[in-house]
Amino acid sequence: MLIKTIFAGFGGQGVLSMGLNLAQAAMLEDKNVTYLPSYGAEVRGGTANCTVAISNEEIASPVASSPEFVVAMNQPSMIKFQNRLQSGGVLFINSSLVEAEASRGDITVVNVPASSVAEDMGSPKSANMVLLGAFIKKSNLASLSSVIQGLKGTMGKKQKQMAVNEKALQAGYDLF
Amino acid sequence: MKTVYSRPKSLKMAQFHYCPGCGHSIVHRLICEVIDEMNLQEKVIGIPPAGCSVFAYHYLDIDMAESAHGRGAAVATGIKRAFPEAIVFTYQGDGDMAAIGTAETIHAANRGENITTIFVNNAVYGMTGGQMAPTTLPGQKTTTTPYGRDSILEGHPLKISEMLALVKGTTYIERVAVNSPANIRKTKKAIKKAFQTQIDKLGFSVVEILSPCPVNWKMSPLEAWRWIDKEMSQEFPLGLIKDTTGRKDAD
Amino acid sequence: MTKVLMNGSSAIAEAAIRAGCQCYFGYPITPQNELTEYMATNLSRRKGCSFVQAESEISAINMVYGASLVGVRAMTSSSGPGISLKQEGISFLAACELPAVIVNMSRGGPGMGSIAAAQSDYFQATRGGGHGDYRTIVMAPSSVQELADLTHRAFHLADKYKTPVMILGDGILGQMMEPVKFKHEAPAEPPIRHDALRGAKGRRSKFIKSLTSNDTELEELNWSLFRRYELIKKKETTYETFLADDAELVVVAFGIAARIAKGAIKTVRSEGLKVGLLRPVTLWPFPAEAVQELAKKVKHYLVFEMNMGQMIEDVQLSLEGKGEVSFYGRPGGVIPTPSEVARVISRLYYQKGLSK
Repeated sequence: MLIKTIFAGFGGQGVLSMGLNLAQAAMLEDKNVTYLPSYGAEVRGGTANCTVAISNEEIASPVASSPEFVVAMNQPSMIKFQNRLQSGGVLFINSSLVEAEASRGDITVVNVPASSVAEDMGSPKSANMVLLGAFIKKSNLASLSSVIQGLKGTMGKKQKQMAVNEKALQAGYDLF
Repeated sequence: MKTVYSRPKSLKMAQFHYCPGCGHSIVHRLICEVIDEMNLQEKVIGIPPAGCSVFAYHYLDIDMAESAHGRGAAVATGIKRAFPEAIVFTYQGDGDMAAIGTAETIHAANRGENITTIFVNNAVYGMTGGQMAPTTLPGQKTTTTPYGRDSILEGHPLKISEMLALVKGTTYIERVAVNSPANIRKTKKAIKKAFQTQIDKLGFSVVEILSPCPVNWKMSPLEAWRWIDKEMSQEFPLGLIKDTTGRKDAD
Repeated sequence: MTKVLMNGSSAIAEAAIRAGCQCYFGYPITPQNELTEYMATNLSRRKGCSFVQAESEISAINMVYGASLVGVRAMTSSSGPGISLKQEGISFLAACELPAVIVNMSRGGPGMGSIAAAQSDYFQATRGGGHGDYRTIVMAPSSVQELADLTHRAFHLADKYKTPVMILGDGILGQMMEPVKFKHEAPAEPPIRHDALRGAKGRRSKFIKSLTSNDTELEELNWSLFRRYELIKKKETTYETFLADDAELVVVAFGIAARIAKGAIKTVRSEGLKVGLLRPVTLWPFPAEAVQELAKKVKHYLVFEMNMGQMIEDVQLSLEGKGEVSFYGRPGGVIPTPSEVARVISRLYYQKGLSK
């Protein structure tokens, strides 16, 4: 099994931390995992993306030329990355912000109103966690408890933020 | 019988290879006298440059390590950061300080590295055979300014000490010369003050020494001494340039 | 210690601290800024340690030279353009027989190139890089775990052979996060070389230099370096093989390319193609004997590099004409996919009539 996922969105939407949290969770589940952020000038503002590869075996390349999953937090990312998806792959869309429809017929689209759910919760910044919750439920790439455990590792002492994130993850998870 | 003059303990029993009338041998001896008087022989590390004085370790009986051309201040930074107990000085020429190593020098100074630089300025590249230095005087003939240094084509004498005085990390800068017994005594005093600045952990200190190079200036040693008075010190005035050490004689 | 998820650059920095590195001097350049930043956060406040963001790569390597002179473990890191600037200092370190660890998280070149991962600094790394007749030990890790392990080893080898050691990674290895386990704790008392320049106390004064006006002396220095290099070749050459025992075709690749090649080999193996891998872990010394050993059974080689063919020369030299060498390369910061390399392998396999 080798599954690659690209997370993409605006800088500031927490796209990199989505990937990082998934990678942490996979590590806690003793899987082989690589996390590769886009780096350089393009991540200082503008768009950001990262790739997570999860496997039971050694991972040859951390780069995803044809990922199984794409998570698009905004419209430009959806347009940019949908064509990279493998035939039969799954495209997760933050449907609160993306108006355009996916143009491919050979993929499955999962609409997640992540931004609206997060706003309703009173924490619009945690849309990324809502989508991550929905993503792990649908993809089954890691368990919710591993993601929460990993999150605790990265958040450290920020208890208040941790509670908000945990709530958002659960909300996304419960959407499906 | 009273001893009035003897070889400093930290000066090796070796014959200098320097040309007749060269200032390096005087400067070497002065450094050794200061090291002896301040009892530093066991904890000093000297960094000679590329240039005639690259062989300084043949004469100074202290730990020394060669630096690449111009990198003295960076090497000294590494030494002092890794081993702060050492008293570290660089011995550098005008090419080292004012051309190839200006960046290293200014940034080490700006960080206030607690090191001392002995800057020997002889307005010419000695070891390579008398080419123009950044400190060559206007009109001065060298092998690469055979018609005399033309400021329009070759720029102006670069005043590194004055530049360094503007940098906050420097605390003691003085320009001296080794062209008369009186000036030689002042030079020794300046070297001592510079080392004391380092011992007191007050920051970057520089002693710029106008030094004769009779062979490349195509002069006799005596003419060279006089030329420092008449010409060179007009462009590079002698005296204290900066002293913010807060000592009694500071400005 | 448990596994932590860490990017390659930070893993090198952490491993260096745990190897007793006390001084880090560097200048920011993408894609290895995380290393410099990690040192700024984690080394600079440690007792007896020093971090300086230097004004240039040239200054940084000369600060390393200074720290090494006084016997302290020191390191610098950069990427392509910055490594070019450091060559002066590396040559001086080699000439003065001083240990140091230099990291090159290489990027696309020549010139400013790009910040993407590339392997085009192979020649520069393995041929000395600067002026004069010298070599540096070059290690080419292919995972974050190996970056950490080889960093520890690099400090050990640098001290053991009094030589600069280079870790040649690339932008992907530097940026990529993987689980890593650190096998060593930082020493309570970091090692100080006993032969260092620390003032003429209780012994005669000494000097460390590379300039001499004596031809015999310089020839002897070169001979002594050469003898040490021969010893390093004999003792420190490391490599990994994968499914090479029954292979008809062996892929030779290093670093991130070797990882990609391994994935490709698994694919073509599942189709019944007898293909193996030779991965040099030290690029200098190059595992020439391993190649010669393979050549007793294997006639066909595919060298795969993320450049236009540099290590291929070492493979050809090692084979001494005893094998047929093909090449596949992607220059300029392009990261080939395992399936792309698998297609290249299959095509070659059939072209050479190995399927019969």
